[in-house]
Amino acid sequence: MLSRTADNLYWLSRYMERADCLARILDVTQRLAQLPAAYGGSTNEWRSALLTAGCAEQFKAVYGDDISEQNVITFLAFSPENPSSIRNCFEIARTNARSVRTALTMEMWETINSSWLELKRYSTKNMTREELARFMAFVKETSLRFDGAAYRTMLRNDAFWFSRVGMYVERADNTARILDVKYHVLLPDSEHIGGPLDYFQWASILRSVSALTSFHWVYRESVKPWLVADLLILNAQMPRSLTSCYQNITRYLDDIAAYYGRQGGSQRLARSTLTRLGNSRMEDIFQTGLHEYIDTFVTENNRLGSIVNEQYLL
Amino acid sequence: MSVAFDEMTNADGSIRPAYAALSRWLSNVPPDVLDYRRREAEFIFRRIGITFAVYGESDAQERLIPFDIIPRILTGTEWRRLSLGLEQRTKALNLYLKDIYSRREILKAGVVPEDLVYQNPAFRPEMNGQKVPHDLYVHIAGIDVVRVDADTFYVLEDNARTPSGVSYMLENREIMMRLFPELFADNRVAPVENYTDELLATLKSLAPGTSNSDPAVVVLTPGIYNSAYYEHSFLADKLGVELVEGRDLFVRNDIVYMRTTEGPRRVDVIYRRLDDDFIDPLTFRPDSALGVPGLMSAYNAGNVTLTNAVGTGVADDKAVYSYMPDIIRFYLGEEPLLKNVPTWRCREPDHLKYVLDHLNELVVKEVHGSGGYGMLIGPRADKAQIELFRAKLKQDPNNFIAQPTLALSTCPTFVEEGIAPRHVDLRPFVLTGADKVRIVPGGLTRVALEAGSLVVNSSQGGGTKDTWVLEEN
Repeated sequence: MLSRTADNLYWLSRYMERADCLARILDVTQRLAQLPAAYGGSTNEWRSALLTAGCAEQFKAVYGDDISEQNVITFLAFSPENPSSIRNCFEIARTNARSVRTALTMEMWETINSSWLELKRYSTKNMTREELARFMAFVKETSLRFDGAAYRTMLRNDAFWFSRVGMYVERADNTARILDVKYHVLLPDSEHIGGPLDYFQWASILRSVSALTSFHWVYRESVKPWLVADLLILNAQMPRSLTSCYQNITRYLDDIAAYYGRQGGSQRLARSTLTRLGNSRMEDIFQTGLHEYIDTFVTENNRLGSIVNEQYLL
Repeated sequence: MSVAFDEMTNADGSIRPAYAALSRWLSNVPPDVLDYRRREAEFIFRRIGITFAVYGESDAQERLIPFDIIPRILTGTEWRRLSLGLEQRTKALNLYLKDIYSRREILKAGVVPEDLVYQNPAFRPEMNGQKVPHDLYVHIAGIDVVRVDADTFYVLEDNARTPSGVSYMLENREIMMRLFPELFADNRVAPVENYTDELLATLKSLAPGTSNSDPAVVVLTPGIYNSAYYEHSFLADKLGVELVEGRDLFVRNDIVYMRTTEGPRRVDVIYRRLDDDFIDPLTFRPDSALGVPGLMSAYNAGNVTLTNAVGTGVADDKAVYSYMPDIIRFYLGEEPLLKNVPTWRCREPDHLKYVLDHLNELVVKEVHGSGGYGMLIGPRADKAQIELFRAKLKQDPNNFIAQPTLALSTCPTFVEEGIAPRHVDLRPFVLTGADKVRIVPGGLTRVALEAGSLVVNSSQGGGTKDTWVLEEN
């Protein structure tokens, strides 16, 4: 297929996934910020949201230090100045979709196009909580529909595989960044262990990857920080864990390599990252440093993105 | 202006046979059902994204072309006559272009004045003596025709560059079949959906001799901001070929390749929807970022086919148009089957004088204008507009032609006040391959939605209709 088409599909999926992740982050942040201070509620949550979304710098350029709820919501959800706002994600996704329409199924295109049209119906200023909640639901719904449409209707060929690789690279990045911003509350030597403050922090991390219920099914015990880290990093059953993302990335990159009859740098790097995840144990990760572990992961994941780019998309 | 010919209803109120079933159906269907289906059609169009852009309008970046749900009907007999005329005309266009870029017999014979070629901005000296595959230039033509009475069709304009609109012909039919299946049970309508198959066969037949047995065809688009982008992607999709932009292609050793995830792949036939000016910055406009550097060199080496060929614009402007009957006679030795609208060439002093004296009766058009821009409709213009054109005509008469205001035929159309007659034209598409000419029965009917208006262009508020050719049993 055309390199440009593959590139568009890859980024289209990344942006749809990113929009979904941003909606979850906003959801969870609002929930946490509403809690009484004794339960961990604080205005710092909005700063964390910016860090997790990876756009604290750009925010500062627009709003300075005025990290209010309203500003952060506007910035992450609607701001045209934020290249990764939900609105921009949808817009870029649609622009990409328009230029690769022939590679999309009608169902995928209709999902993207109709949600882009609907997006315009949301006023961006002074949203009530109810409107905002409806907006978040709409965003999550859209990415579910897009994902489902792709899964159910696309031919299983390189177009499908490139879009899946994009989705999982983005998802791995998002999970890793959530962990990176919140890693300190997951450290076992945290002073407030077991207190209500931590419980809500841990629960919020789980919620942001929609895994609170899954947690209980997997571990059948109360929420503990090292288990939260285990679930999000190593547990292959958890669809947003780093391990699960890399199982998928490796699989789809291998599909591409088999189809084209040639392996390359991206396949080798994905496999080595997956192997490293497979050989890791939570105890060792905590020993050598959770923060460093995640940091390395984020770097390697970005590197994979560039190698995929060089290998196929230029 | 005389009363326009209505394609459904005769002057005495009787219904013409082709419309019998439709007319019965229209009188039985409640208006709110029509309105509901119209809105449904609009919803489907918008959701699928069948939009076009109007240049110079920023907020309405993507607009829908209004779709009228009442079909326009031609009988099989009418169509056969029309299609013979279209084929004749396209043949003549191809012979003319071949001649213009080689021996120029027609200029030597004094049938067409030389300056119409040499001073024509669409003339491409780069094509002089250049052999094109199968000696064909216009592979995809859109010939605009209008009807004035039961027997007379006029050609209004030849489009020999990159005519658009065929996606609407196809989508309009799809939507009609979805919304009004009962109508298709009552009428035997010739299908148009094989157009893209015919197009692919045409394109493959045109592959250069140096290509492999299964030639690689692509559609070249200027990109998503082009007004007809939807059509480009639609066609590529239906053809099952790649939709490429200039940056997806490159030329090495006079061979054109596209960049793919598996490395470079050779391209043999480019159905380009990009004007001559932009296709190769090394030959034409150097500032074009939309084209492919070196494309002309590959083309000249005979390693790639461009459809339509480069330089076809020299055959389809409005000044050359007035010579088309002579051009047909010159190359084919036949009388034109389709008439031209009588045309005054303002370049000729006596014509100019007549035009200046009758500005309030005539339609004055720029020779290179399109899309209904830059024209004067005398009977509908105010004094100031007429004086403006008078000045323009005196200053640069070569740039204009004038025609009588035709009483374009009308068709029943669903508008605000109900079902009312509106003026229509028709753009059928003529495909010329190395093996044969293919025309699917029908075309794009454009309709002026405003009462009395003769301007059917989509950029000026015109709409479209599904066009039916009835098969007789």
